Amino acid sequence: MRRIISATVLNESGVLNRLTGLLTKRQFNIENITVGHTEDPAVSKVTLTVWVEDDRKAEQLVKQLHKQINILKVRDLTNMALVSRELALIKVLTTPDTRSEIKMLIEPFRATVLDVSLENVTLEVTGDSEKVDALIELLRPYGIKEISRTGITAIPRGTQKKVLELHPYSIM
Amino acid sequence: MKASWVAEQKTVESSLVSGAELFIQGLKNEKVEVVFGYPGGAVLPIYDALYKAEMKHVLTRHEQGAIHAAQGYARVTGNPGVVLATSGPGATNLVTGIADAMIDSIPLVIFTGQVATKVIGTDAFQEADIVGITMPITKHNYQVQKAEDLPRIMKEAFHIANTGRKGPVLIDIPKDIAVNKAPLKEVSDIHLPGYQPTLKPNILQVKRLNEALQMSKKPVLLTGAGVLAANAEEELLAFAEYHQIPVVQTLLGLGGFPADHPLCYGMAGMHGTYAANMALYDCDLLIGVGARFDDRLTGNLEHFAKKAVVAHIDIDPAEIGKNVPTELPIVGCAKETLTALNQTCGEKGNSNEWVIQLSKYRSELPLMYKTNDKELKPQKLMEILHEVTKGAAIVSTDVGQHQMWAAQYYTFSTSNRWITSGGLGTMGFGFPAAIGAKVGRPDLPVVAVVGDGGFQMTLQELGVLQDWELPVIVVIVNNKSLGMVRQWQEIFYEKRYSHSLLDIQPDFVKLASAYGIEGRRAENEAEVREALEAALSSNKPFVLDCAVSADENVYPMIAPGKGLHEMIGVRG
Repeated sequence: MRRIISATVLNESGVLNRLTGLLTKRQFNIENITVGHTEDPAVSKVTLTVWVEDDRKAEQLVKQLHKQINILKVRDLTNMALVSRELALIKVLTTPDTRSEIKMLIEPFRATVLDVSLENVTLEVTGDSEKVDALIELLRPYGIKEISRTGITAIPRGTQKKVLELHPYSIM
Repeated sequence: MKASWVAEQKTVESSLVSGAELFIQGLKNEKVEVVFGYPGGAVLPIYDALYKAEMKHVLTRHEQGAIHAAQGYARVTGNPGVVLATSGPGATNLVTGIADAMIDSIPLVIFTGQVATKVIGTDAFQEADIVGITMPITKHNYQVQKAEDLPRIMKEAFHIANTGRKGPVLIDIPKDIAVNKAPLKEVSDIHLPGYQPTLKPNILQVKRLNEALQMSKKPVLLTGAGVLAANAEEELLAFAEYHQIPVVQTLLGLGGFPADHPLCYGMAGMHGTYAANMALYDCDLLIGVGARFDDRLTGNLEHFAKKAVVAHIDIDPAEIGKNVPTELPIVGCAKETLTALNQTCGEKGNSNEWVIQLSKYRSELPLMYKTNDKELKPQKLMEILHEVTKGAAIVSTDVGQHQMWAAQYYTFSTSNRWITSGGLGTMGFGFPAAIGAKVGRPDLPVVAVVGDGGFQMTLQELGVLQDWELPVIVVIVNNKSLGMVRQWQEIFYEKRYSHSLLDIQPDFVKLASAYGIEGRRAENEAEVREALEAALSSNKPFVLDCAVSADENVYPMIAPGKGLHEMIGVRG
């Protein structure tokens, strides 16, 4: 199952290495990982998406990450109400004929054109991963030259529904 | 949020001192008595400061010897072992010992020299990325970027190594940092917001466990090294006695509960006793205390404690539920938790029938071996060792057959007398660890029980014995083979002894003599007894090469993939 984990870490050299090394050592496969500063420049936030077999593996992942000295807080966001976003830059081949067509196409996705050249345009799109995937599929027939995706970054919503049916972690 | 984890430091004196001097001051602040190490280019400024400070330093003959010695020291004193090595090869020679300490939760603070900061990353002479290399095998590690950070880092390192689940912490010090001047500062406090070990257990969970005990007819306590690390022996004894809970121990937990106690059923696991393994197989309530359910203990998890409610007390939350699903998780220090359990205990459980049943197993199916007049049996060797030392010696081993025989037949009734490489199974560990143990506890007899294979991995440390005249007794269980490998090849590989027989051996007695150490060879029980008595009374280093029967195997045994109830060789 797919898990979105958020970790608050000290902004020190080697922390990301420590985190990813731990996941490698324990055979977790990272689908994507994003890192950036928080409101405090000494603290960074890592959002990672991983595939795990079951709840026990997920619990183990959170606990192992939590053991790291310079990881301050770890949260499994998977079952929370989330705001999650991903940014993608997409370079699509264009001809003078298709340029306006592509512009029309991307409008519902609220994607914007960042760069235009004779043979291609570069688009920026933000949204959840499904939205980004959908746009990419739509653009594929035109010929995609290059894609750069950031991976998901996420934050729990301010209001959370009370969840009763969830199996809680044994001690988290 | 304020960047508040940087510890407040106040300048004691206005004078500036070198990083190396800050290092010495840091050791003194932590009341470090001894450093085990080996010098080299990148660490010379620190060695120069050590020379001036007249700090006790044990020069081993290999860095691996230094780190294993520090492990032995830490095991018997309860203080972190301190290791110092140079950069590159000096640092990488420590890797085995660091991994060993990590898996067995032994507190160490390891200092490595590093090339100067301006050449780090240029593949400079004797450069190795030891921080990167040791990241997965340390509890935490540091590279010092500024001399002024050293006091804070040292204080944090000692704190991290010796609290919570203990373990090794490495500090890499570039050469220029050891030379650079910085103010001598006193670190007033530690701020590690990401490291707050839970010591006190959740009282509701404690109550639930006490309730479960009252329901249980077949409870069992599985006790590990966490009991010893927390000095929780008394609390464990009181808890087990009050509720009459049978106790079984892990390999590393030996000594945490008196072996001669009626409730003690010995070691569990691959070469554990029948009673201990059946206790784990058949119980209805399993209480793990400071034990991590290693695969050598559990056997096939499909059959492990399947009828039981599992309670797990551990200081490391990540251990709970890692291998065995746990209904009653309790995060806390073994001492605090057992104290809480003892304070809140209700009525006593009813385990009479269970205790009688297990005691029957213990008396009817004890550990056993067949003797004959011709050969010296290794099991008998351990019994003689126990007899001659009156069970009071510190015993340190490598890994393999001799380790299992020592665990089975040298019965440990006192804590911190048993030093062994449990999790990593490191050959070459036992002898240097015994050296460290003797440095830490000069008042106790120390015996290194080693195999002929493992001893040859670190026997250069005989130089340290000679140097310090340390009365460590080295007992070589010599079966002219890598015994456990040979045993597995016999049982599982149709006796194809692929590269496991050591027919050509050095003359260990002559070798000892070359180091100026007395050595003897023993081929029967009388010779062993006599030599051990002589060694103990001489109070000098001693090497005893014991020619034991070469085809003896360790039994009973659980074959790989089998459950605890599927032991073989139970009847000798």
